[in-house]
Amino acid sequence: MQVAGLGTGTLMLSQLPVFGRPVSEEALLAPGLDVAIKKRLADAALNAAKSKGASYADVRIGRYLNQFVITREDKVQSIANTESYGVGIRVIADGCWGFAAVGDAKTEAELAKAAEKAVAMAKANALLLSDDPVQLAPQKGFGEINWKTPIQKNAFEIPIKEKVDLLMAVNGAATKNGASFVNSQLFLVNEQKYFASTDGSYIDQDIHRLWPSFTVTVIDPKSGKFETRDALSAPMGMGYEYLQVNPADKIMGITTRYNKGYDMLEDVVAAAKQAKQKLTAKSVEAGKYDLVLDPSHTWLTIHESVGHPLELDRVLGYEANFAGTSFATLDKWKTRKFNYGSDRVNFFADKTQIGSLGAVGYDDEGVQTKRWDLVKDGMLVNYQAIRDQVHILGEKESQGCCYADSWGSVQFQRMANVSLAAGKEPLSVDELIKDVKRGIYIIGDSSYSIDQQRYNFQFSGQLAYEIKDGQIVGMLKDVAYQSNTQEFWNSCVKVCDERDYRLGGSFFDGKGQPIQINSVSHGSATARFNGVNVINTARKI
Amino acid sequence: MSIILTEADAKALLQKVLKFSKADECEVNLQGEEWSNIRYALNKVTTCGSKTYKTLSVQSAFGKKVGVATIDEFDDASLEKAVRRSEEVAQLAPENPEYIGLLAPQQYLPASGFFSSTANMSAVDRAKAVAQSIQIAKAQKQTVAGYLEDRVGYSAMMNSKGLFAYYPSTKVNFSATIRTDNGTGSGYATQGVSDFPKLNTASATQMALQKALGSVGARAIEPGKYTVILEPLAAAVLLEHLFRSLDARSADEGRSFLSKPGGKTKLGEQIMDERVTIYSDPTNPELPASPWSADGRAQEKLNWIEKGVVKNLSYSRYWAQKKGVKAVPAPTNFMMVGGTASLDELIKSTQRGILVTKFWYIRSVDPQSLLVTGLTRDGTFYIENGKIKHPVKNFRFNESPVIMLNNLETLGKVERVVSSEGSFSNYLVPAMKIREFTFTSLSDAV
Repeated sequence: MQVAGLGTGTLMLSQLPVFGRPVSEEALLAPGLDVAIKKRLADAALNAAKSKGASYADVRIGRYLNQFVITREDKVQSIANTESYGVGIRVIADGCWGFAAVGDAKTEAELAKAAEKAVAMAKANALLLSDDPVQLAPQKGFGEINWKTPIQKNAFEIPIKEKVDLLMAVNGAATKNGASFVNSQLFLVNEQKYFASTDGSYIDQDIHRLWPSFTVTVIDPKSGKFETRDALSAPMGMGYEYLQVNPADKIMGITTRYNKGYDMLEDVVAAAKQAKQKLTAKSVEAGKYDLVLDPSHTWLTIHESVGHPLELDRVLGYEANFAGTSFATLDKWKTRKFNYGSDRVNFFADKTQIGSLGAVGYDDEGVQTKRWDLVKDGMLVNYQAIRDQVHILGEKESQGCCYADSWGSVQFQRMANVSLAAGKEPLSVDELIKDVKRGIYIIGDSSYSIDQQRYNFQFSGQLAYEIKDGQIVGMLKDVAYQSNTQEFWNSCVKVCDERDYRLGGSFFDGKGQPIQINSVSHGSATARFNGVNVINTARKI
Repeated sequence: MSIILTEADAKALLQKVLKFSKADECEVNLQGEEWSNIRYALNKVTTCGSKTYKTLSVQSAFGKKVGVATIDEFDDASLEKAVRRSEEVAQLAPENPEYIGLLAPQQYLPASGFFSSTANMSAVDRAKAVAQSIQIAKAQKQTVAGYLEDRVGYSAMMNSKGLFAYYPSTKVNFSATIRTDNGTGSGYATQGVSDFPKLNTASATQMALQKALGSVGARAIEPGKYTVILEPLAAAVLLEHLFRSLDARSADEGRSFLSKPGGKTKLGEQIMDERVTIYSDPTNPELPASPWSADGRAQEKLNWIEKGVVKNLSYSRYWAQKKGVKAVPAPTNFMMVGGTASLDELIKSTQRGILVTKFWYIRSVDPQSLLVTGLTRDGTFYIENGKIKHPVKNFRFNESPVIMLNNLETLGKVERVVSSEGSFSNYLVPAMKIREFTFTSLSDAV
């Protein structure tokens, strides 16, 4: 699921989770601990854990940096730089997991003490309540290695003033083009993570992400009605180069959409005009339509109806008390004949995709990342799993899906980038729309909801256009579609080719108790779904 | 230094920090918390953890230029460094036109949300509480997953105008889901308490078990408009969307369900059934809450919706000054006045309807009507001629809490509930019978 209230364009700092303590802009560029010191600290923890009886231990020394620039109209509402540093130590002792975390720890003694606490916790749990020892898939050690997000421009190095100037220009352009209100923001993430384990790995990683976004609101004072339009940007595993305008990254059409370069100024002008247009757009007639879904919309439908149900911890019941279980049960997978979608539908998981939010070299339990199939030619073929789960699938090595959102959180199975493969035959968006007799073209993500086993869902978009006899004839409003996961993906009749493949994603995929967030991308090309149920969401109060 | 400071120790520390200040105005916030949790699934403990933190935040202002610095070290040199740092940031900051200076000292209501029973909870207490829950599931050959977390913490603040505030509190949240072994039934129960001995994981788990067993064999019935009986938890997660929307600025700006044509708002107007009264009260012994808001403003017992009329909206101090009205802060708790009918009586008086025990994945669809969508979960039942006839498959709904509270039939008794939608906020909310509730599709999910 996506954590509510955080994916919207109107987020305020007070609504954000606590990411760390505020620091200066310059502090964000200061180097963290030297790698030799981190190795020494990690060894102290690993040795302490082993000496207390741990059969396995891993240490994550994490420095998490964030920067938020939040504005509305002509005002900077908040500039926040945050840093969070600490160490999380996970062990297996007497067949049980134990975990302890300690903030600001920079001495071997502090780490050793936390490691001992983790072992004691594991042993206490083993005595009290467990009769099923952890089975950890073997993992070779990689020695001392490192990995870095392949960014071109470190966004943290761009002066705040330049970022404020950009957002002020964006807000000015919105107001000039008819926006009553505009909220805009930049959100930067840098995870500096050092992982060491008793398997013999010492992995130093430097991970970057960035998300520019806005919400434009247009009010009609006469009717008292209002409409909004959010940015068509995506959060990306990129540096500041994502904000460089590049014509090759623009997908032209009824509205411009973006690939690996985002023109925020251009998009906000379109948003202001489109929000105004929405006020007088035709309210949709409920019924069955053929849907044409843009990747800026489809990512969230993939996230909820494919990414989550194919997480093995949900399938097994570990999330039953909150996020839920899954309809995609092991017995369905074992038949090798469960048609998740039509034969046009191929989903793959990929933790290596450049520019994606989930791209890392190694996961948070020292497994090298990779790409693998989840649904092939419509059939369910695999799940997303981690080291203590893969034996259930008869696999010998983990798929590398382990992640913790902080040094203080215990790592567990999280979603990889899960994407719909582009169509194999050449097909452009115009060619796809040309054959649609009665349809709706949806761009951008908006409202979203799905049941706890991932059958029934409802989604809406930022923009909806009516298609009649192969032509876009006008804008629609009050559009939401409802379907069932298997029925929906089996109604997929066409997927555009690789030229239209783009990523969408979220910084706020939420799961677990206590809840943790995860950043994940989902790629697709524009796709067509036949005969989907559309409802009209307008109500009078 | 202990994480949880007494009022006297907190006051002394804050006074020391303020003495370092050279700014026009200075405000210091201090917080500490110890938080522990234990999680279980498939009848065994899966993870547990604990986290402690203490933090001090200094806000300095020169005119309308404001800077903030935060530290988690408390020696004199670190405290002074934080004050100097906030002053440097303030000097470099652009003017904040919405900064309107510090509050003068306030009078706070006595509110008591601190219980030493909770503050002293141990790992063994937690394990025992969870073991009781697992034992019930195992004895019945069913599967339970659950979560228990407890927090003890305090907040304190002081400013250079002499304002001082201190509030310690404790909280325990528990939830459990039982799924029947054939996977065809599921039930949920939750409890939120401030005082640990009031927590009964066994009775909550029994409730979840009863709902799980009762929901086996759910039948599909047509979606449409139904009379519904919402148990307090189900009602609360819909009302949450109303509670969060009682903000004056968005209404004044024309982008709220409370906005009207011509820049007017619905403040003072009747917008729902006259039996609906929604209020906040930090002194309520059943749901104690901080008597002051994060910026130091005093909380009071206040009606937000009174007999169906919008009585109050919350204001930032800036917006209240601009509008020339009292700066009513957003509340620290929410509750709704109930009726006298028991759940059994609500069912008995229903010819044909649906009993909803829980809703799930509720998200905004249209902020103009406050329309939200979501699904029923963990036990939904068909009522005919005053009796529960059989469990039904889950529904998706599209409904507005404003429309729902206009279609009120009967109010039941109030209970303290923990939101099951991720916020884990606690509320005092009654069960309620609503007519013409809109279900739009069916789900096979159990």
